[in-house]
Amino acid sequence: MYLYIIKRVLLVIPTLIGAAALVFLLMRLIPGDVCVIRLGSSGGTFDPKAVALCHQELGMNRPIWVQFFDFMWGIVRFDFGTSMWSGKPVTTEIWARLPVSLEIALLGSVLATVIAIPLGTLSALRQNSWLDVFVRVFAIGGIATPSFWLGIISLLIVLDLTSFFLGAAWMPPIDYVPFFEDPIRNLSMVLLPAITIGYRYSAITMRMTRSTMLEVMREDYIRTARAKGLIHKLIINRHALKNAMLPVVTLIGIEFAFLIGGLVVTEQVFNLNGVGRLFVQAVQNQDYTLTQALVMMTVVVFVFCNLVVDLLYAWLDPRIRYS
Amino acid sequence: MKIGRVGMATALGACLAFGAVAADTPKSGGVLTYMIPADAPPSLDGHRETTFATVHATAPFYSVLIRINPLNPNSPSDFVCDLCTEMPTPTDGGKTWTFTIRDGVKWHDGSILTAQDVAASWQRLAHPPKGILSAREAYFTMIESVAAPDDRTVVIKLKYATGAFLPALADPFAYIYKKDILERDPHWYERNVMGSGPFRFVELQTGQSVKGQRNPDYYHKGQPYLDGFVAIFAAAQALRIDAIRADRAATEFRGMPPSSRDQLVKELGDRITVQTNPWNCVNLLTPNHKRKPFDDVRVRRALALAIDQWKGAAALSKIANVRTVGGVVFPGSPLAATQAELHEMIGFWPDVEKSRAEAKRLLKEAGAEGLKFELLNRNIDQPYKYIATWAIDEWSKIGLQVTQRVLPTGPFFDALRSSNFDVTVEFNCQGLVNPLLDIAKFLPKTAYPENFGNYEDDKAIALYEAALQEPDPAKQREKVRAFEIHSLVTEAHAIMTPWWERILPARSYMKGWKIGPSHYVNQDLATIWIDK
Repeated sequence: MYLYIIKRVLLVIPTLIGAAALVFLLMRLIPGDVCVIRLGSSGGTFDPKAVALCHQELGMNRPIWVQFFDFMWGIVRFDFGTSMWSGKPVTTEIWARLPVSLEIALLGSVLATVIAIPLGTLSALRQNSWLDVFVRVFAIGGIATPSFWLGIISLLIVLDLTSFFLGAAWMPPIDYVPFFEDPIRNLSMVLLPAITIGYRYSAITMRMTRSTMLEVMREDYIRTARAKGLIHKLIINRHALKNAMLPVVTLIGIEFAFLIGGLVVTEQVFNLNGVGRLFVQAVQNQDYTLTQALVMMTVVVFVFCNLVVDLLYAWLDPRIRYS
Repeated sequence: MKIGRVGMATALGACLAFGAVAADTPKSGGVLTYMIPADAPPSLDGHRETTFATVHATAPFYSVLIRINPLNPNSPSDFVCDLCTEMPTPTDGGKTWTFTIRDGVKWHDGSILTAQDVAASWQRLAHPPKGILSAREAYFTMIESVAAPDDRTVVIKLKYATGAFLPALADPFAYIYKKDILERDPHWYERNVMGSGPFRFVELQTGQSVKGQRNPDYYHKGQPYLDGFVAIFAAAQALRIDAIRADRAATEFRGMPPSSRDQLVKELGDRITVQTNPWNCVNLLTPNHKRKPFDDVRVRRALALAIDQWKGAAALSKIANVRTVGGVVFPGSPLAATQAELHEMIGFWPDVEKSRAEAKRLLKEAGAEGLKFELLNRNIDQPYKYIATWAIDEWSKIGLQVTQRVLPTGPFFDALRSSNFDVTVEFNCQGLVNPLLDIAKFLPKTAYPENFGNYEDDKAIALYEAALQEPDPAKQREKVRAFEIHSLVTEAHAIMTPWWERILPARSYMKGWKIGPSHYVNQDLATIWIDK
């Protein structure tokens, strides 16, 4: 098992190098220039000498291969450099945003899992009942509704309802406070976005749970367990659910990794200072160093989540052994 | 009985009058929360940045030498002292300006601000040392030297006398920095704050917010009125409207479209107060003179003639933040063309049918009937896309077939710089109304590298130089008009669109702030007070 984990961790290295080379080249294929955006996008006058100086400061006047090797050498030393936009270390920029994204992703995942697995299982066990119909409609609604739209609508609903019942409109705070600093303010800010993304997330997970449960419930070993006279609850919990969870766990892992850097529009809608928004800003500003570091981070998160999922497989299905 | 009624009425009137006076008397206390409608700026250094997000986040911490009168920001020429004691009269034929600096002004660290600090800051702005970026260095080309002969005197010598100097000196980005710090680390102010302004720096939450608290040692007596402020970066417009509605923030200081104003007024009634003002920003439609047939002045003139500025401005103002028809100079300036003068210029004729008939004739003469081309635009909703859509519709009325290509900021600038466009939507948006410098946008590339029309025009440069260095206001106006007619009529280098309109809804409890034509000016918050 340990050997397997070490192998998997070592496999991250070529993955990171490949991703690094790809993002380095792709970023430079986008037309535009961070210095021109920085100096000219406000519409005011600026001196072309200032652009030249900015290029010099950022090392953009060096040959591209020098920039590439500099970047790769930085990765080897875990030094991702400074943001071309803000001049701050990219680690500072990312650390400032990571808690928000992590908290929303965790909360959204918990909400989704708590809703999706029981409802998906019940829906499968009571196929074609009113509950099953309700769950399926709920799930299709979640998949069909874009999270950002749901975010905007939920904000408006909260505003209108509070305005109607309390006489003054209320909405969640628009500046983030860490949970340990002010738990109530923190939760009042992150709960609505977590519900918004959790709905879609739970809808996908619910459908997956339902379909895998339906499949598992028709397996021979379930029929055997029933024939042996095992009680229904035991059959479901010990035999069916654990086996049905394999694809569900994979899905949860992928979704969680996506939520860390992919909540672009939701973060915009709720003014959350998260990693997704930073990602978009970095690309828009053509901040090569920050974009490269964010891509690296996303790769690491995905690889780590996949590793965790693989390890969970072994726990869920004892037949799987990584040796 | 009658006397009693009169007495009661008098007493009531007096009470009401007292109430009104009391209501307009600034009250101290409270924390103002406002939004900055942008993502966080690259750095905190006003000298090196150009975005309004820097000014909106940091102006409350700094002093400047002179500024536009915060109680009269609408005037482009009402300059008042901030750190100086009185506005000086220049000597040496307008080339030497001597400023006396206030006594006892304290930096936020408690040390005393001197003329050396002011001179060092202005030297950095006008003549930055090697490796230091001063984004608006080009504004200050008239400055020959800045010196501080003693602790309270700053002498600025100019290469030539010009009316562009005082507005340039009132640049809202021209913060006064501490000389010691600049000498120790010229990049210190990019990531740190230490000023002498109305508020002391408390905290910067990376990418999210800036906080300040009242500076008890501020030199303008009684100010600031607020105990502190919180500025939150909020780029999404829908969220900003919601936040004002729910009182998560009192306002923003850039400008909102008419639909947002209408929504907030509908929702909040008298709890919202709206200020509007012509905005010193304008979109231009610039043909690429290097591409055929836009190298032909007849085609460029036809493009201008097709557009009904007067009806367009009235209609667009209902849906977009534009309103005023104008020429190259901001319409609120004394140097701007009057309506009668505009009516004489092609592209501004009051009779649009006559204009379009002339446009069709010119196109036919140039062999460009039914011309198809692409209009390059930037991916910004207000008012860029509204302006472009309107222009395309207007051009279709003379048989032109125009499509729109919208690009994000980076690729948009790249297309401009590589001349990869037929006609583009451009913009001229300056920090302060300074017509003589603002109209430099219309100069050819040799004189103004950020002109993307790709033309050379020595006559335009000569006309501009003559206007810039003309000391007599009346003659200067004539020369600016000559430059305008040459640029927009004779050569039709660019096509104007209506100037922007600044619309600012704010919670009614926020008082003491007046809107001006620039969203960069009047941002130190010193005069704002809360009436809750």
